[in-house]
Amino acid sequence: MYRTALRMLLGDKTKCLALVLGVAFSTLLICQQVSIFFGLLGRASSVVNDVREANVWVMDPSVKTIDVSFPLRDTELPRVRGVEGVAWAVPFFKANVQVRTRSGTLENALLNGIDDASLVGVPDEFVLGSVEDLAQPDTIAVNPAGFRLLFPGQELDLGRELELNDRRAVIAAIVDASPAFSANLSIYTRYSLATRYTNNGRNNLSFILVKTADGTDPQAVCDAIEARTGLQAKTTEEFRWMSIAYVLATTGIPVSFGTVVILGAIIGVAIVGLTFNQFVLENLKQYAALKAIGVRNGKLLLMTLGQAAFVGTVGYGLGLCAAAIFFSQWVAQQSDALRGFYLLPEVAVGVAVLAVLIVTASTTLSMRRVLTVDPATVFRG
Amino acid sequence: MTQAAVELQTTADPSGDRALLVRCVGVEKSFGSGQARIKVLRGTDFDARAGEMTFLVGPSGCGKTTLISIIGAILSADDGGVEVMGQNLRKMSRRKLADFRLAYFGFIFQQFNLLPALTAAENAAIPRVARGESTGAAEKKARELLGKLGLGDHADKMPNQLSGGQQQRVAIARALVHEPDVLICDEPTASLDAASGHTVMELLRDLSVQGDRSVIVVTHDHRIFEFADRIHHMADGVIERVEQDPPGS
Repeated sequence: MYRTALRMLLGDKTKCLALVLGVAFSTLLICQQVSIFFGLLGRASSVVNDVREANVWVMDPSVKTIDVSFPLRDTELPRVRGVEGVAWAVPFFKANVQVRTRSGTLENALLNGIDDASLVGVPDEFVLGSVEDLAQPDTIAVNPAGFRLLFPGQELDLGRELELNDRRAVIAAIVDASPAFSANLSIYTRYSLATRYTNNGRNNLSFILVKTADGTDPQAVCDAIEARTGLQAKTTEEFRWMSIAYVLATTGIPVSFGTVVILGAIIGVAIVGLTFNQFVLENLKQYAALKAIGVRNGKLLLMTLGQAAFVGTVGYGLGLCAAAIFFSQWVAQQSDALRGFYLLPEVAVGVAVLAVLIVTASTTLSMRRVLTVDPATVFRG
Repeated sequence: MTQAAVELQTTADPSGDRALLVRCVGVEKSFGSGQARIKVLRGTDFDARAGEMTFLVGPSGCGKTTLISIIGAILSADDGGVEVMGQNLRKMSRRKLADFRLAYFGFIFQQFNLLPALTAAENAAIPRVARGESTGAAEKKARELLGKLGLGDHADKMPNQLSGGQQQRVAIARALVHEPDVLICDEPTASLDAASGHTVMELLRDLSVQGDRSVIVVTHDHRIFEFADRIHHMADGVIERVEQDPPGS
């Protein structure tokens, strides 16, 4: 009887198409919005993620996110180094600066200053050049998206000069930094250079990056740092979630994206529900005839569920394909501004569950009609 | 009359050689509630025998449709006895009634009620598929039957590609494909012209009234009375008289 159910559905091409497209549209919309939402959350903690060598971040007690830091005294660094369980500690500078090219292009940039001696704090992967190139005078590394912002339409290359706060900077490396929340252009340079570029005065220490000694519990080291220095110390994982929580709590992003996701689900339920209901209403006489012949309610229910499952599976598949094409073709290849937005497998699975709920909610009313239709109606002309 | 008062002891025909397949005694049925309650069947008696075409006729609203719905195990009687193939329908659950319909009944509806998305063969095969038979085997049987009904060349056509008479023949094939014991036909010629109606009735007589099958026909169509072996005349919820071997039959 499943074949019969499927033939009934496919026989009404217009409604079948509307049902499948309804689910596909919802799937695409929700997949796209949820993935972009998670991409944005990833950007909120991208700098934290990019620092692989350290596992503890030390900062002013008032700091709530990686994007808003309060300068520490330079003397805090040796105090942190003196805490038991700290293998090493290095300074990390972070600020927003304006960058200008010789041709006059002006961009806002996220400036990261890393330890002069160890060069700890820069992302692992370099597209051009290497971390050692940052040891040369006036050198900086920029991310590819930032390079393309500064030099639109030009191939990535090294040796170009920029102006940061009336000071010269030479691009010595292209580093594959994760896209940041506050700027598309990320610059990495030595701590001493970074403080000169910003000219902030005495206190420039934004964060202290700490690597805990082998065999010690990072959380215990954090507690010890806080007890000894009065500063705030967080493990990398804690600081990542702290930064994400800050974005969630202080921006309209969750509400905005949540609204679109809810609307997508509602639109899906509305389209699929109304169309499926119409389909069942038009076939109610046939369902009544099947009942009169002796087809049990259970079998009719399975037939209806089979139709719903077909609509859900095909619709979800099409929607997921469209979302995959959106992210793999358009986002990844066309736009640096959208770099870092991926269709996550978890999102695909989550939306599959949502698609099941949408189809179930949409077909429940229709199923009830099928189950309650009086087979005697077939004798009433 | 309570159900206890109507004990159906036997399915043997008290007046003839043919087995009694359907027997209703004192059947009562009402619809609605309170002051809007309408009594449609008022102690109706009815019987149908194997190898016979039994007609149920009467004016609109006299209770014919209600009676065949009860005989066909689709509606339940409020009171009285309903026995089909020796089994008391009033003691069966809804689920068992559905199984009973599928096992013993074939239905032909006034509006054909074919599934528009299925071919003639697929439509005709439905009862066998519903009984769990493979689609291939069920359709093979359906095609054989469609061939006997003169639709061998139309088996793969969709209902909207067939005339009214052809659609009704597909409905006949669907009603007979699982070889039911009782065939219930509701106004089988109402949607057909005279010639098509006559052809359909001839087919019904030739194919249906074979062996031990009983055919019950509800109709207003006087032109087909000649096909009846017996005619039950119904009025105001009761059978007024039974006409045996009416003129022209």
